[in-house]
Amino acid sequence: MAPAGPRSGDAIFASVERVNAELFTLTYGAIVRQLLTDLEEVDEVNKQLDQMGYNIGIRLVDEFLAKSNVSRCVDFKETAEVIAKVGFKMFLGVGASVTNWDAEGTCCSIVLEDNPLVDFVELPDTCQGLYYCNVLSGVIRGALEMVSMKTEVTWLRDVLRGDDVFELQVKLIKQVPEEYPYKDDE
Amino acid sequence: MIGVSKIKQYSNVLDKPLSKGKQEVSLSAFAFLFSELVQYNQTQVDNIAELERSRLEDAGYAVGARCLELLCHREKGNRRETRLLGILSFVHSTVWKVLFGKVADSLEKGTEHEDEYMISEKELLVNRFISIPKDMGTFNCGAFVAGIVRGVLDNAGFPAVVTAHFVPMEGQQRPRTTILIKFAEEVLRREARVG
Repeated sequence: MAPAGPRSGDAIFASVERVNAELFTLTYGAIVRQLLTDLEEVDEVNKQLDQMGYNIGIRLVDEFLAKSNVSRCVDFKETAEVIAKVGFKMFLGVGASVTNWDAEGTCCSIVLEDNPLVDFVELPDTCQGLYYCNVLSGVIRGALEMVSMKTEVTWLRDVLRGDDVFELQVKLIKQVPEEYPYKDDE
Repeated sequence: MIGVSKIKQYSNVLDKPLSKGKQEVSLSAFAFLFSELVQYNQTQVDNIAELERSRLEDAGYAVGARCLELLCHREKGNRRETRLLGILSFVHSTVWKVLFGKVADSLEKGTEHEDEYMISEKELLVNRFISIPKDMGTFNCGAFVAGIVRGVLDNAGFPAVVTAHFVPMEGQQRPRTTILIKFAEEVLRREARVG
């Protein structure tokens, strides 16, 4: 019997257990607030959010692969499409789109119009350098690293800073071949 | 570009219309985020009591304060609770229903002290994927939820000390969680006066 094909983001989101997005939003706000109080420097907070996102990403990718049934992606283009269409939908309940491919196909933008992390949020003047949703860039970076892709994820547009959408630039640095943790001849 | 809709931009977040609160995210997204919150706070403090009280509860306090404002406006049409039982049933039903998807399992009045009330839950949503190592003793991540309750009560004018406890139940593998609410003296005095 042929294995089940990949499921769409909507189908998976409908089948997983869900919680109220506001609890999620407010908890994330509490985290950012704690970080700002502890670290005070906006750059440090950005780094810490990215690190937290990385920790989440390396575990999240397991659940993603288990629930979504996607087969191995042939190239980076497919990877980005899968992240935007299935990944974001499955965890955050929002769709995203992929745009702005460069000539070699190693760099693209993921555009999010809706973002549950930033409901009710406004950046004060003292925190203008803060990438409030930096945890998302860490999640993508961590998840892709677990499937052997080293990437760099940066924010191009941020609604909290006055743009109209959230745009993340995902750039593939290199494919890291899988390493075995032991040597064959030992 | 054809087919691209432009979302109306609001210059001020306060001008944006309030959402109906029906949007959802996956439970695992919340669980991952909560685990990062706990892990981060573990690195910031030295002992469990401080972790529970000052970090997790304070994080929950902020959530509770905002919840009260949001829910009072949206669910109750800006009516304010002034009686003890009123605010307790608000927490037990409305707040729980909105945040965790169901009303709390039970609301009880403490038998030993006049000022104690308990909200119990078989398994707190935040504790679903958390296991406490033996060397952390009685640490309970439900302190976050205790903080939420304290935030709601405090900002509604009912100051209280709220803590979360595990209560082992016979026949069940995982202990039940009880949120213990101990109201301040002034609340009881006011309640007796209004009475």
